[in-house]
Amino acid sequence: MMIEKQTDTLTGPERLEAYEDNWQTEMGAWFPGERVVLRGKDIFSELNNYSWMEFIVYAVTGVHNPKFAKVIEGLSLLSTSYPDPRLWNNRIAALAGTARSTGALALSAGIAASEATVYGLKPIKGALDFLYRASERKNQGLTIESIVKEELKANRCVSGYGRPLTNIDERIAPALHFLAKINANNGKYLRLAFEVEEYLKSSRYKYRMNIAALNAATVADLGISVDEYYYTSTLAFIGGIIPCHLDAKNKPEGMFYPLSINRIHSIAAADRTWSN
Amino acid sequence: MTDNNEKPREQITTKIWREEAELDNPFAAAKSYCAGFDVYGDLLGKISLIEYIWLLFKLDPPSNAQARTLEGLAVALANPGPRDHSVRGAMNAGVGGSTRASALIAAISIGAGNLGGAREVFTSMQYWQQCGTDLASWVEIINNPPQEERADVWPEMEHTPGFDPNGASCPTPVKQLLDHLAAIENNEVLAWLQTQRQTLEHHAGSPLAFSGVAAATLFTLGFEPEQAEILFLMLRLPGAAVHALEQEKMGWSRYPFFADGLTLTNDPGPIANDD
Repeated sequence: MMIEKQTDTLTGPERLEAYEDNWQTEMGAWFPGERVVLRGKDIFSELNNYSWMEFIVYAVTGVHNPKFAKVIEGLSLLSTSYPDPRLWNNRIAALAGTARSTGALALSAGIAASEATVYGLKPIKGALDFLYRASERKNQGLTIESIVKEELKANRCVSGYGRPLTNIDERIAPALHFLAKINANNGKYLRLAFEVEEYLKSSRYKYRMNIAALNAATVADLGISVDEYYYTSTLAFIGGIIPCHLDAKNKPEGMFYPLSINRIHSIAAADRTWSN
Repeated sequence: MTDNNEKPREQITTKIWREEAELDNPFAAAKSYCAGFDVYGDLLGKISLIEYIWLLFKLDPPSNAQARTLEGLAVALANPGPRDHSVRGAMNAGVGGSTRASALIAAISIGAGNLGGAREVFTSMQYWQQCGTDLASWVEIINNPPQEERADVWPEMEHTPGFDPNGASCPTPVKQLLDHLAAIENNEVLAWLQTQRQTLEHHAGSPLAFSGVAAATLFTLGFEPEQAEILFLMLRLPGAAVHALEQEKMGWSRYPFFADGLTLTNDPGPIANDD
């Protein structure tokens, strides 16, 4: 806060100079040999009884929100932790295993790749963004049909609906079961998500809801922002990534889906010779 | 699993590469062809690294001027120096004794961004594609930058891409690079940028940056924004690598820690643990 006031009027090199060796923060700090603080709370004495996910949620949002932590934890377990090395982010970690790289490198590459378009963090973030925008449009009096058509026209897809490889999302039922157990299955955004599915599945697109829409609706009903959801979701894939890496690492080196030369289908130019 | 013999195996389709197997091993290539050129039998010894990079991206050889232009840009970008965010990331890996890979991952992750990074080059390239050398279009897009209605994983641009929001006047090396590249075969796009630089800077409210010269250069060389983004990531790695290795040897004690540079503005002070 202070730094903003100090530097509001400064620009260019003057602003850089004001920040040089001067990081003013409310986020946190380590007092070597003594204590450590996160968002105004002492970790050893005030945050020590938080669960790991409650701590992450607090770090991201600044709010102690055990219900959101529980939702993220449960939905990450059920919906984004598939230990199948054919899935692309997991396969990266498995390749790192078969090529005998390190666990942290495998995991970080797998997480980085989870920021994908056809699955992972872009649909996760996009689905929540869509539901918030759709709800706003609905409040303005638009029908579900016109909201969805508008979205399809602008973006050719609706985040959270449809799925590569298969249209049926087997995660919906167990996720709903989990959400019912913790009483997180009856909010207005969840109803909206199902209304959108109702329309889409009978449209010519035949899209069904995928887990991204269900999860997004659940956190929307908890009042979580798009960015908060994005950051808490960055860790959602590690439950699938780590076992895939380990499996390939524990098998003979280089044996994870080796490719022989006839597995390359070349559509390259005809052979030619380089001339300088 | 059992019908492998009947079902055709899945393949990787590529325009870039072709291989011929060794007689004794279907998993080892006896010959590798890049865009029709025998890499180890023909290119090796004839082709420069920059020409090969061009070939990999473009699938056709560069003209002499194109190769010289890309090479000039590559030299200029190879080491952003130890104050650059991406290089600092790499050095942080170095001083902590992290894996060498993590040093480059750090440089890539940081150097990917909207401020002086590859995403800025990508967005700036889109501006070039849209505006070309039409000043009125540039003024319009600078004053009314495109807004993404949907949330993306990328943060929104907070400044005109290709320009340094924290700059004063255009730094000498940026001008030197632009002058050098524009002079290679009288490049029209880069000559236009030379002429219009100050006008554009006036509208952007900030000076042209390396990212802007990179975008203009890769635009005039006919690269796509996606190619430009990834080339920019690659070309800046040598500096990150050597600075990381150097600081790894020096060790953390000779590297800034900013011990007195942090103020916690909401410190609760020592609190007893009641548990």
